Amino acid sequence: MTAFRSLSAAMVKGFLRDKMTLFFVFLFPLMFLVVFGLLLGDSGSDKTKIAAVGEGPVLSTLEQTGAIELEKHPDVASARQKVDDGDLPAAVVVSGDRVELIYAASDQVAAGTVTGIVSGVVDKINLGAADVTPRFTLETKSVEDASLKPIQYLTPGILSWAISISGVFGSALTMVSWRKKQVLRRIRLAPVSTTTVLTSRVLVSIGTAVAQGVVFVAVALLPLFGLRLTGQWYLALPLLVLGTTAFFAIGMLVGAFCKTEEAASGAANIVIMPMAFLSGTFFPVENAPGWLQTVSYIFPLRHMNDGMLDVLVRGKGVEALLLPSAVLIAFTLVVGFIAARIFRWED
Amino acid sequence: MTGARIPAVVVADIRKSYGELKAVDGVSFTVAEGEFFGILGPNGAGKTTTLEIVEGLRKPDGGQVTLLGEQPWPRNPKLLPRIGVQLQASSFFEKLTAREQLQTFGSLYGVSRRTADEMLELVGLTDKADVQENKLSGGQRQRLSIACALVHDPDLVFLDEPTAALDPQARRNLWDVLRAIQARGKTIVYTTHYLDEAEILCDRVAIMDRGRILAMDAPATLVRGLDAPTHVVLQKGLLTREAARGITGVEDAHEDEVSLTISTRKPAPVLSALAERGTLDGLQVRTATLEDVFLDLTGREYRA
Repeated sequence: MTAFRSLSAAMVKGFLRDKMTLFFVFLFPLMFLVVFGLLLGDSGSDKTKIAAVGEGPVLSTLEQTGAIELEKHPDVASARQKVDDGDLPAAVVVSGDRVELIYAASDQVAAGTVTGIVSGVVDKINLGAADVTPRFTLETKSVEDASLKPIQYLTPGILSWAISISGVFGSALTMVSWRKKQVLRRIRLAPVSTTTVLTSRVLVSIGTAVAQGVVFVAVALLPLFGLRLTGQWYLALPLLVLGTTAFFAIGMLVGAFCKTEEAASGAANIVIMPMAFLSGTFFPVENAPGWLQTVSYIFPLRHMNDGMLDVLVRGKGVEALLLPSAVLIAFTLVVGFIAARIFRWED
Repeated sequence: MTGARIPAVVVADIRKSYGELKAVDGVSFTVAEGEFFGILGPNGAGKTTTLEIVEGLRKPDGGQVTLLGEQPWPRNPKLLPRIGVQLQASSFFEKLTAREQLQTFGSLYGVSRRTADEMLELVGLTDKADVQENKLSGGQRQRLSIACALVHDPDLVFLDEPTAALDPQARRNLWDVLRAIQARGKTIVYTTHYLDEAEILCDRVAIMDRGRILAMDAPATLVRGLDAPTHVVLQKGLLTREAARGITGVEDAHEDEVSLTISTRKPAPVLSALAERGTLDGLQVRTATLEDVFLDLTGREYRA
């Protein structure tokens, strides 16, 4: 058994036997994925719900548009009541050939949408009934656009965030605890090189990141959440590795400054939380003001997020890896160098 | 091999200051191969700093250390496999069992995994092999950490306060382990603040206080050199103080609530005189100890 392999094995065992760490590495981010996925992921909310009275081709065609959901009412009064109360934006009442649309004046956007759709449907049925050949034809085509469904940006975002947690906490806490318990001094007194110790620890973190990737993507792919992977998803692997090394380096820096595990957790949280919010973990950064987007580019997590989004759900190819990889490598080297310079074997 | 064997440890005039505090102030000693050498003194005497400099964990401000003919500072990979170090805090990997700790430390030296079980047997932890380190008792953890220091079969072993904070039974168990290690031909350098323990275990001791070595020799030689009186303790009421003072050879006698203590440098005639008077019931004889040596050297009572 080489020192490298047995050190790695020792750290993996220590990791798997520590329920607290397992919770923060897997369950905690997964909770966010589940909660946000369920909160934001209800695709039914895209449809506008209106009250409907009566029956006939107009109502059935309306349902087929896919944009309107009908709530059936037995009489006009109860449908009208819903609109008056502000529960529904509009009510459509069909009696014979007469179609009446009542809408709430308060929500102009919803009113416009509903009016447009209902009149479109009525016109179409009229045309069909008149048996006239249309002069103008309308062709529609759907394209995959950059604005994504919540689960599509949540999965890469929360995965990157989870990797930043395991990377930063993993290296910072190992370093602080080993220094405090004098394991570092003990290792220093053994004929084993610093490189061996460091690379085995980095390798364990990379393994953790890959495990996180598999678990999170598997959960998001469940029909309940409905993640759709596009393009070359395996291109996420190099990002997992490079992201881990960058966050590992940050953790080393934190670990070099902090004397106790408590201080290190606090400092790691101070680094991770703002970075997570500003890097598009929970919502797309594109919605943020311009200056904030500029600020977000200083975070490695922002670049990792961008890369993950591109290769996991935007269907981009290897060219999307270039910038994020370059930034993550640069972060690893610069932060790692500083951390190595201020590294201490003992308190 | 012919010729003089090189000493295991040669320490020459090492010094280390932290600001104004002279933690180690000109310490020199030599330890022969196979010797059990103790560095004694109260907390803060500079024992640990001395040991850390000798192990190569700290750079001395001045002075020279040679271990088995090699310099320990800067970090000397040639020397490392030949020395075993147990640090003051029990340093273990998180959540590993006793056997796994030994296997992991052993692998740093390229030692086979089977050695772990031999070590567990040596320190009497075979039945705790699959128990996680944090679930062991204090004494078991100390024995495990000593086993970790020995796992690569070093020639020279450094132990820093191995018996600190242990209950008396655990301390005695550990003494057996330490004697077993010496019986394997290892050179042992260890620190302790238990003077009684050092007297029992060590071939030679160095008594340290305030960064300096005050005396160094075999414990028996140090005690004998004191020329201190022997104390004979009797139950109170068997003999009056005046009667005791009347016995030939008695230098002094004093009483407290439960006993009468007689001081003498000629215990044999005093004891036979007491036997004639029929007052030997519950009698105790106390000779001088290293604590008396410490008192004599520093002028103050020994406080660990």
